[in-house]
Amino acid sequence: MTGPILEIRNLTVQLPKGADRKFAVENVSLTVNPGEIVCVVGESGSGKSVSSHAVMGLLPKGQLTVAGGEILLEGENVLKASANRLRDLRGTRMSMIFQEPMTALNPVVTCGEQIDEVLRIHTDLPATERKEKVIAVMESVRLPDPIKMYDAYPHQLSGGQRQRIMIAQALVLDPALLIADEPTTALDVTTQAQILKLVAEMQERRGTGVLFITHDFGVVAEIAHRVVVMQKGHVVETGTATEVLTNPQHPYTKMLINAVPTLTPPQREDRTGEVALETVKLCKVYGGGGFFQKKREVRAAADVEIRVRRGETLGIVGESGSGKSTVARCIARLIEPTSGGIVVGNMDIAKLPERQLRPHRKHCQIVFQDPYRSLNPRRSVGASIIEGPMNFGMSEADAVAKARDLMKLVGLSPDALDRYPHQFSGGQRQRICIARALAMEPEILIADEAVSALDVSVQAQVLDLLDDVRKKFDLAVLFITHDLRVAAQICDRIAVMQNGVVVEHGRTAEVFANPQHAYTRSLFEAAPGRNFQFARVA
Amino acid sequence: MISYILRRLAATVPVLFTVAVMVFLMLRLTPGDPAAIIAGDNATTQQILDIRTKLGLEEPILQQFFIWLGSILRGDLGESFFFRKTVFELISERIEPTLSLAFLTIVLAVVIAIPLGVLAAYRQGTWIDRVVMGFSVIGFSVPVFVIGYLLIYIFAIKLGWFPVQGYQRISGGVFPWFRSLVLPAFTLSVIYIALIARMTRTSVLEVLSEDYIRTARAKGQTEVKVLFQHALKNAAVPIVTVVGIGVALLIGGVVVTESVYSIPGLGRLTVDAVLARDFPVIQAIILAFSFVYVLINLIVDLSYTIFDPRIRY
Amino acid sequence: MTAPASSSPVAETAVPLPAKPTVWRKLLRSPNVVVGVAIVLVMVCIGLIAPLIATSDPTAINPGARNRVPMATSTMRMDDGTRATVTHYMGTDTLGRDVFSRVVYGARVSIFIGISVAILSVSIGLVIGMAAGYFRWLDSIIMRIMDGLMAIPAILLAIAVVSLSRAGLASVIIAIVVPEVPRVVRLVRSVVLSVREEPYVEAAVTAGTPTLKLIIRHILPNTVAPLIVQGTFICASAILVEAILSFLGIGIPPDVPTWGNIMAEGRQLFRIFPHNILYPGIFLALTVLAVNMLGDGLRDTLDPKMEKRG
Repeated sequence: MTGPILEIRNLTVQLPKGADRKFAVENVSLTVNPGEIVCVVGESGSGKSVSSHAVMGLLPKGQLTVAGGEILLEGENVLKASANRLRDLRGTRMSMIFQEPMTALNPVVTCGEQIDEVLRIHTDLPATERKEKVIAVMESVRLPDPIKMYDAYPHQLSGGQRQRIMIAQALVLDPALLIADEPTTALDVTTQAQILKLVAEMQERRGTGVLFITHDFGVVAEIAHRVVVMQKGHVVETGTATEVLTNPQHPYTKMLINAVPTLTPPQREDRTGEVALETVKLCKVYGGGGFFQKKREVRAAADVEIRVRRGETLGIVGESGSGKSTVARCIARLIEPTSGGIVVGNMDIAKLPERQLRPHRKHCQIVFQDPYRSLNPRRSVGASIIEGPMNFGMSEADAVAKARDLMKLVGLSPDALDRYPHQFSGGQRQRICIARALAMEPEILIADEAVSALDVSVQAQVLDLLDDVRKKFDLAVLFITHDLRVAAQICDRIAVMQNGVVVEHGRTAEVFANPQHAYTRSLFEAAPGRNFQFARVA
Repeated sequence: MISYILRRLAATVPVLFTVAVMVFLMLRLTPGDPAAIIAGDNATTQQILDIRTKLGLEEPILQQFFIWLGSILRGDLGESFFFRKTVFELISERIEPTLSLAFLTIVLAVVIAIPLGVLAAYRQGTWIDRVVMGFSVIGFSVPVFVIGYLLIYIFAIKLGWFPVQGYQRISGGVFPWFRSLVLPAFTLSVIYIALIARMTRTSVLEVLSEDYIRTARAKGQTEVKVLFQHALKNAAVPIVTVVGIGVALLIGGVVVTESVYSIPGLGRLTVDAVLARDFPVIQAIILAFSFVYVLINLIVDLSYTIFDPRIRY
Repeated sequence: MTAPASSSPVAETAVPLPAKPTVWRKLLRSPNVVVGVAIVLVMVCIGLIAPLIATSDPTAINPGARNRVPMATSTMRMDDGTRATVTHYMGTDTLGRDVFSRVVYGARVSIFIGISVAILSVSIGLVIGMAAGYFRWLDSIIMRIMDGLMAIPAILLAIAVVSLSRAGLASVIIAIVVPEVPRVVRLVRSVVLSVREEPYVEAAVTAGTPTLKLIIRHILPNTVAPLIVQGTFICASAILVEAILSFLGIGIPPDVPTWGNIMAEGRQLFRIFPHNILYPGIFLALTVLAVNMLGDGLRDTLDPKMEKRG
């Protein structure tokens, strides 16, 4: 094959009436050549997923309609193909893997059968041959013990294994084009590294063309041959990976790349403020089961000892299930620790009953991950901000005055206080949550994955804000994150957690330069784009 | 698996215990002498005294409860003063018609409702969907006895296809038995069909928006197979659940349907017992129906493991 | 299809929300709501002005005019002693009572029972459900009792309750409320349990908001929409259950004109005079249908996720 595998020409997709803009994507053109990985990169709302779904003919009916352009798969316009022809192409010439490997696999069908289904649809092979072929493809995506795994159900597999099943299912008939829609976003960083490696390897071995959708420039640096940058439904820049990453032309691309935090933490001087928070052998055990259930215990946190001084940011870094959020929630006393101490000021608040927690509530505030669920949708943001101070006896007038000041401080108009959360963007909501926390004049601020749900450009701004308020109010900040780049940028010291245990603890610069624990090292090695020096352009 | 069943069985004990407590308290909380109420209006003083000693009414209430519970567990449900029989005899005589009716109704409802619900979900928003859903709302709204009399009027009185009322025992031949139950079963199944069809539609619709349906389409699977191989199997658990929960509706419906069609079953017995204020019978029937209901829902729970491998023993 | 996952292409584009149409406008656009409300209003009006449109006293027995077919006429003695000719639009029953007048008055009883049962069940269920959802130690006790109540099929439980007390309006209402309460409790509890996990509720906890304020301010408002919907369905089912109880002869005393009583009265001579069951049956079914349609419309606009919670 000489021609391109996929050619999208001037694709325009219409949004339903009443949306914020008319087109989901407008005049988008891009090409995927044989044996090439093309990354489409953009923030949420850029239209990158819409383009890829249009290729497969999987746009939700009645909501998104193709208004113009053509999509040529090996020269054939799939937009003109009949429903039957499109079904023939899917799985054979083009296939797709998705973001959530848990929900993308049918939970009540065994993994082997789900791969087998592709063969049953598109081939007339007898059952034994099909089974051989399925086992072979499962082996090729490095699934351990394929014969046993054939009969396993998706819930019995890890996230990474499920994504391997998805890949096996997509590649079993050697399609010319593989579309990967954020396939590693829902995975932990070490699993992500393995899946990226697998995609690259499969692509190389089979010569498949890959259209890879992502929001993460680290992933782009890791895997892309060519890059297409999208913004609000338009392609703003295309080029080879090296060109775009080291010498971006469009201001939007420059802004995105600049916003990617570096993996090299700056040298920071030690903070010498008084100790604001200290935990002593903090443990939290979940479960225990009821009378009729089997007892199942999970040690979410085991003997965690951390210490944060005023004016200092301590990062707790770990993958999902490491117990980092459990520690945060214990300290905020949203849950009660099983044993151990939490010393704030001179008080151990670990076991205090709710009534005696009130002074602690004032001292310690938390900012959550999901900006869409952190504010009561039925109350104005002003009401949310003044609730805390008024609980502690401030008059309404004073509380409102304070809220106005804080809105200015977090970069929002004080007049927006009587608006409702749905009128703000994710980043703005996170600013409001920070204002709400600050309204209590806390000494300790916990940020529980507070920037993880935000686009990279917004993320950078919120991180700056957090650092500003830390300085201004001399806060002790406990920063929970799974993202090493973010941790490198903002934390004075970090504690690395795995399976409920702090495995390494030290100054950020030192841990990054010279990780001691094997797990920490594997985390660093898995960080996408770690060997890549992104352009720093003005 | 067996230990799971035993555990689930054990978990029904507190529920049944609560039912027993409530049935027990029902009588004690009524003003008046429980023994006199149980003995009925025409009882002699001696009869009332006998019952007093039997129930241990002189004892503290907790003890009375355990005396009562003990006799229930031994199978002694007391004696009906109205029918002059033991309650146990009475129930065993009346159980066949009710079981027959309930069985036919469930089969009829499931066979009709599930295809209707799947069809409505697949054709969501079209006239088919609207007709099915419209039927379902009407099914919820028209009282059982109105449907019953309507069917009798059309199919028994005007057309003469089926007997107007009455029940033929199965020992007298399967055909007369079946013929006597067609109209009652249809009558009773209407509300049940409405319920199951609605839940089938809802859960199939929900499953159709899942990611794995998109995956199946991305593989090139045909719509029919997407619907039946992927969607229906995943929608099974809520559908089976509602079939189980609907048994409560069914039991309520049995009471009315048996009255309309003069079927001498447990439902009819319930009404007769209430009209005669025959408390031992009322208590026993409530206990029996609740027991059956709890048991059916236990079976439904256990059946989840067939449909969903994520639910473990 | 709504856009569920963040990965779906629709959700991606939907960041700033367009101005939301108000709830009222949305409700007015739902045909279910409009038709439902219209029919209910007609029934309420009929009930309210029953004395004006009834052609005769609904309880007046007229031995000379028994079992008349619809549109038949008869002479009746009026209160002032004069005689008048009355047209029986829906015929008369075995005691010579005018069915039309009884049906019109029956609307009062049905609607009163529907509304009072809905209000009582929702308020009792709300309080108990809140307590169960918020206070762990109460939860298992309350839910065991509710499980027990739910294990008794609703109509049986209602029959049991009426059988204990002498027939009357109050005992019928109580009999219908008792089996509905556990369903409301379950609903409220499930809403409370899911809402208290929301980060904004946790934020309010860390802001030191006292428990009672927390419940009223942040949790209670979330139960309003599902309870309005549930209350509507309870209303419909209460009207039905009352009719069933009366029909079985164990509800409201037979001389009171209710739709169920008229039909119970019509049972004996059903083969010859089906109208005694037909007309009240139509009124009953139409009313229940309207209330159910209203409930469906309310659910679709106010609380689309409810059917899942069941």
